[in-house]
Amino acid sequence: MTRFTLNGRAVSLDVEGDTPLLWVIRDDIGLTGTKFGCGIGMCGACTVHVGGRATRSCITPVRAVADAEVTTIEGLDPAGAHPVQQAWLALQVPQCGYCQSGQIMQAAALLKDFPAPSDQDIDAVMAGNLCRCMTYVRIRAAIKRAAQVMGSGKA
Amino acid sequence: MMAFARDRHRVHPLSRRDFLIATAGAGAAFGFCANALAAMDPALPGGAPAPGTGAQFEPTLWFAIGPDGFITVNIIRAEMGQHVGTALARILADELEADWSKVRIVHVDTDPKWGLMVTGGSWSVWQTFPLFSRAGAAGRIALIEAGAKLIGTAPAQCSAKNGAVQGGGRSVSYGDIVHRGGLTRQFTSQELDKLPIKPAAERHLIGKFTTALDIQPKTTGTACYGIDAKVANMVYARPKLPPTRNASKVISVDDSAARNVKGYLRTITLDDPSDTVPGWVMVIAESYPAAIRATELVDVKWTPGPAATVSEKDLQDHAAALIAKPDAGVILTTGNTDTAPAFKAARSTVEQTYTTSTVLHFQLEPVNALAFEKDGVFEIHTGNQWQSLILPTLAKALGVPVTSIIMRTYLLGGGFGRRLNGDYAVPAALAAKALGRPVKLVLTRADDARFDSVRSPSVQTLRMAFAENGQVTAMEHDAAAGWPTQVMAPFFMPKGQGGAPYDPFAISGADHWYEVGAQKVRAISNDLANSSFRPGWLRSVGPGWTNWALESFMDEAAHHVRSDPVEFRLGLLTGAGRNAGALRQAEVVRRAAERAGWHSALPPDTGLGIATSFGQERDMPTWVACVARVRVDRATGAVSVDKLTIVADAGTVVDPDSAHAQIEGSTLWGLSMALHEGTEFVNGQVKDTNLNTYTPLRIADVPELDIAFIDSTEPPVGLGEPGTTIVAPALANAIFAAVGARLRHLPITPEAVLAAIPAKT
Repeated sequence: MTRFTLNGRAVSLDVEGDTPLLWVIRDDIGLTGTKFGCGIGMCGACTVHVGGRATRSCITPVRAVADAEVTTIEGLDPAGAHPVQQAWLALQVPQCGYCQSGQIMQAAALLKDFPAPSDQDIDAVMAGNLCRCMTYVRIRAAIKRAAQVMGSGKA
Repeated sequence: MMAFARDRHRVHPLSRRDFLIATAGAGAAFGFCANALAAMDPALPGGAPAPGTGAQFEPTLWFAIGPDGFITVNIIRAEMGQHVGTALARILADELEADWSKVRIVHVDTDPKWGLMVTGGSWSVWQTFPLFSRAGAAGRIALIEAGAKLIGTAPAQCSAKNGAVQGGGRSVSYGDIVHRGGLTRQFTSQELDKLPIKPAAERHLIGKFTTALDIQPKTTGTACYGIDAKVANMVYARPKLPPTRNASKVISVDDSAARNVKGYLRTITLDDPSDTVPGWVMVIAESYPAAIRATELVDVKWTPGPAATVSEKDLQDHAAALIAKPDAGVILTTGNTDTAPAFKAARSTVEQTYTTSTVLHFQLEPVNALAFEKDGVFEIHTGNQWQSLILPTLAKALGVPVTSIIMRTYLLGGGFGRRLNGDYAVPAALAAKALGRPVKLVLTRADDARFDSVRSPSVQTLRMAFAENGQVTAMEHDAAAGWPTQVMAPFFMPKGQGGAPYDPFAISGADHWYEVGAQKVRAISNDLANSSFRPGWLRSVGPGWTNWALESFMDEAAHHVRSDPVEFRLGLLTGAGRNAGALRQAEVVRRAAERAGWHSALPPDTGLGIATSFGQERDMPTWVACVARVRVDRATGAVSVDKLTIVADAGTVVDPDSAHAQIEGSTLWGLSMALHEGTEFVNGQVKDTNLNTYTPLRIADVPELDIAFIDSTEPPVGLGEPGTTIVAPALANAIFAAVGARLRHLPITPEAVLAAIPAKT
């Protein structure tokens, strides 16, 4: 049995410990917002938060998250209205949308580390998230917009 | 933001409390994706369309109005990031005078009543505009007639606005009209064809900003893609791919090592009467990770097909040899094709050859399909761009009539032409038939790359003849590449001179709108490519390479006659004869040059380059031009792209923000293929199969983009692809302007730039 917390709720599963967390989330638990893209941690579509840190679930064995807090796109905000999600919607970032769960999770983590990110911060952190539709211009703009909203909220 | 204000968009699919309950049993399976969707509403979490309430009024095939006033527009096109359903629904709703907040879209399954189902060629808006305009107009006329009756006045005294009929000082909503019943008005197709489309000045949705209906679920993880489809009792499959795409035969299968994998079920060798997936072996397991693991342990021996030793060089040498044969290929109908006299009489000539490497689609959602038989009907659940093409193949593979197969519709995690070829549905269907239970086939990324229908490598040779005064008197363009349409859809090929069929998607673009005197365009099928792999349609298809050659060559021709590249092009875009319309192309060239500061002073080793195109095909010209500004590092050959300036004339722009997004995406695709992508065949397989070595553009590589559309009320044309075709030649021309290095191969590498920089004198 592997036990961890998913989106605030305790889960326990009888799966092999080396099973990638991605497939446990998608197929065993049934939350399909986290996506399979490359399987080697280089596209970012599978990004979730483990202990608040952006983590590539496709190369994370489920045993590695034992007793940890895991958050997926479905758990980022109870109403799906995290400032990053709102910015994504306002700027109509997604095209096909397949990478966007990962982009949003990565961006949300980025804004914890860099509340007012520079272009260089964005380049450095978001470089690991491939968008095949090439929505990068809007991703950058939406991160800045979310940063602004979050910043003013705290002020 | 009107659409988003609708309540159904605001409610999260599962409130936090529901969510907790749903996961209360550890590992309890639930998904947002509704099981076995019959149709898909991309605006709703999970995609399951809302059930209709009461009798619907359906004046045409394309939409229905319920007694609650909600209008459901049927979309046959695939949603793969273009927000196509939103654009198409707005065309219809505009003529219908509908209340946009009451418009829903449904992506339908493959009922034969829809006719041809294909999403490609940047055709969707262009083809649907007249159809949906008239469908909307028909509905408006019927509702006005019925509304007038209810109001007690003549239809001529009534008008429609915002989902209601008004007349005689009264108003009755569309919903109320439908609720009252008795609407029987039907329109024959002849009647529909005669309905006028309203003038641009009266449009209230087309051309206005809107929030695309599919976006919100794509920000919450509740959008439903093919890979998310599931049904009870399904098993997972991963293929053990044969050594060659075609003609591999299985000799033996040994799964003894795989049997130790927990969840492994069995391995089956597919018997495929359609010959879509020869030599495929499917590894079946209770979970996908188990299928991945087991596949690595299954030992299969094959007799490979003849392509097992084919390399990229073999393919390109073969293409070059074909070009050298004067009788190879098909000559297109381009007016006077007798170029020989002009070349004989020429004061000077220019000839150059351009090449492109193999390119992967690398759509982020690997191809996948869920297949099962239910009540004698095979259901295929997958994202697909050309259902009408793969259905007959599925029928052949399964040995059942086409009427016994239905394809359900899901969002596509990227299309880019990969899913025009539905070959991935076949092995899922065959395995489901063999096992007698639902099979979910998912390819790993490397499987997906190896099984890709890649953009064929290409070789092109262009020639131009000049008179004494530098006037262009003749031009020839020979292009050799794999022909996807010949391999997969030969019935779709038009005929060139002498009635010989050719692949339009491997030559279009070469039949340009420049006035060049005699013009010979020769399309040549690379038969070695066709047999070695399955050539694919990839975003912007033929123009993705023909325009690379054409617009690089135009630059070389301009320099040959010591003309400015912009002026040279404008001089040839005369709009004369068969090229009537080219003045619109001249205008985008002029505007792009102006916006980019064409004659402005630049720092050292920095250059501007221009390229233009009419987009995808002469029947549907989307006029585009790009000016690239680059800096070249003379020490390393590295190219930094500072800025791309793009001007597009796409006629009427239905959904401006989505149109802008398509130019952003297509332009960056062009940049990615020009500098960052490209692979090669080694022993019949693509060398690069994942992101460790295949390196598409990332966020830090994005230059400044300046995108502008020409204001126009001309009919709308396609936007998904044309931007792709102009970037590579604009870059190459800019590199030449910066440091004098002429690049004639894609992708452009720093090594190639370094080698091409002339020694400073």
